[in-house]
Amino acid sequence: MSESVHTVTALPTERRTDCPFDPPAELLDARRHGPISRCTHPGGKPGWLVTGYELVRSVLADPRFSSRKDLLNVVDFELPPAPPGEFLLMDDPEHSRYRKPLVGRFTVRRMRMLTERIEQITAECLDAMEAGGTSADLVTAFAKPIPTIVICELLGVPYEDRASFQEQIDAFMGGEVSDEELIAAYTATQEYLARLVAAKRAHPTDDVLSELTDSDLTDEELKGISLILLAAGFDTTANMLSLGTYALLRNPDQLAALRADPSLTDGAVEELLRYLSVAKTFHRTALEDVELGGQTIAAGTTIVLSYHTANRDPERFADPHALDLSRQAAGHLAFSHGIHQCLGQQLARVEMRVAFRALVDRFPALRLAVPAEEVVLRPESADIFGVKSLPVAWDAK
Amino acid sequence: MTAPAPRLTADRGRCIGAGMCAMTAPDVFDQDPEEGLVLLLHTEPPAAHRAAARLAVGLCPSGALALHDGGGADDRPS
Ligand code: HEM
Repeated sequence: MSESVHTVTALPTERRTDCPFDPPAELLDARRHGPISRCTHPGGKPGWLVTGYELVRSVLADPRFSSRKDLLNVVDFELPPAPPGEFLLMDDPEHSRYRKPLVGRFTVRRMRMLTERIEQITAECLDAMEAGGTSADLVTAFAKPIPTIVICELLGVPYEDRASFQEQIDAFMGGEVSDEELIAAYTATQEYLARLVAAKRAHPTDDVLSELTDSDLTDEELKGISLILLAAGFDTTANMLSLGTYALLRNPDQLAALRADPSLTDGAVEELLRYLSVAKTFHRTALEDVELGGQTIAAGTTIVLSYHTANRDPERFADPHALDLSRQAAGHLAFSHGIHQCLGQQLARVEMRVAFRALVDRFPALRLAVPAEEVVLRPESADIFGVKSLPVAWDAK
Repeated sequence: MTAPAPRLTADRGRCIGAGMCAMTAPDVFDQDPEEGLVLLLHTEPPAAHRAAARLAVGLCPSGALALHDGGGADDRPS
């Protein structure tokens, strides 16, 4: 059996430009051969690629697969363990020690209480767009500022620091700058967060970070937690908003349906999450030999899980490559599954529900301001998929 | 003869507070405001909320929820 297993020699680096929302053809092809394939990691190490929904979900629920950074077996040098507080790349019990004190701050109820404030932030972005004329880059005018302001308020970044803070995180998340600039921005963000933690400990304000100073977490750990909230929460949401708008503009019947029926909004957000899966792949490493889909994953081997392809699995979702805002998309893996399932998902949902609704209501004639072929996509090598910019236009009032 | 009502259990030791249950079946599940972990509002959900409760059990990311059917078969996500 293992003789005939499908092999993906190198993980794909490009998408088809005519179908930018679909996983690269090589991944869809792998799924057609079966839910698991052999692959080679970009660093040259052999591994496995899991593309089937059921198999991806089962790995995510299986404690024999680790998220630890120092166990990643993809390059031929050893990786350091995740820094204190960066629990996305840790296993239990370390992971849960960090996640536990945060959970109560991100509940469905607490995030819904932010709705009005997020509506206000969104309206301010839309007002500024309108005041500026009849066209704009949706990424810089809308998709980035909304999650940035929300995260700043959550962490209690003082108002006067926001502009420079936003510039820094933009530089280190955007992947558009030189290595030196990237390191400088990353270091500056680290230093800023260290100062912020110290300030919150000395003078607590009304925000999540201040609340967390009232726990056994050290300043170093709080800095790591802030960094991960920022890194996990900003780029993902921003790209969902911009790529999601692009997907709606390329599917005018779906956009019209959403505009006509506000009760579609919550379901539309779930379907856009499934369809786009901007956090497209994650890694896990086998802690022992594990039988998976008829193959043996040897202890120490790192596997790639394609959440995007899993969310397009025809055995789980009928007509999976169609964007259908009225479908039951629950159960998608866009926020993962298992103990690392997104901590910020209820916040992200409120942001997306509010922002998409307000955008389609404000601009009834929203359209692309350039031909679709000219919309520049991020490279497939970026951790989070999306558009680099999205020129849009609307009619004057 | 009607089958006994299905019974829900929640293991707060496994719960990771993702909020999937409170979002999917708000009449059956909540999250406690301090720790964010699952709270069962009904251990035997009334008929009107059973489908949502079953969906929520299937969606639970940590396997903390189970639905024990009157007939004896248990539902527990993988
Ligand atoms: C649409 C937007 C978002 C998407 C698509 C997304 C996606 C994800 C995914 C797929 C994971 C799990 C990765 C894995 O399986 O290893 C994750 C984890 C995480 N996310 Fe999100 N996320 C989003 C928004 C947010 C926001 C707004 C925040 C916080 C403010 C956030 C904070 C986190 C944290 C802290 C983790 C680590 C959880 C853990 O390891 O237990 N995310 N996210």
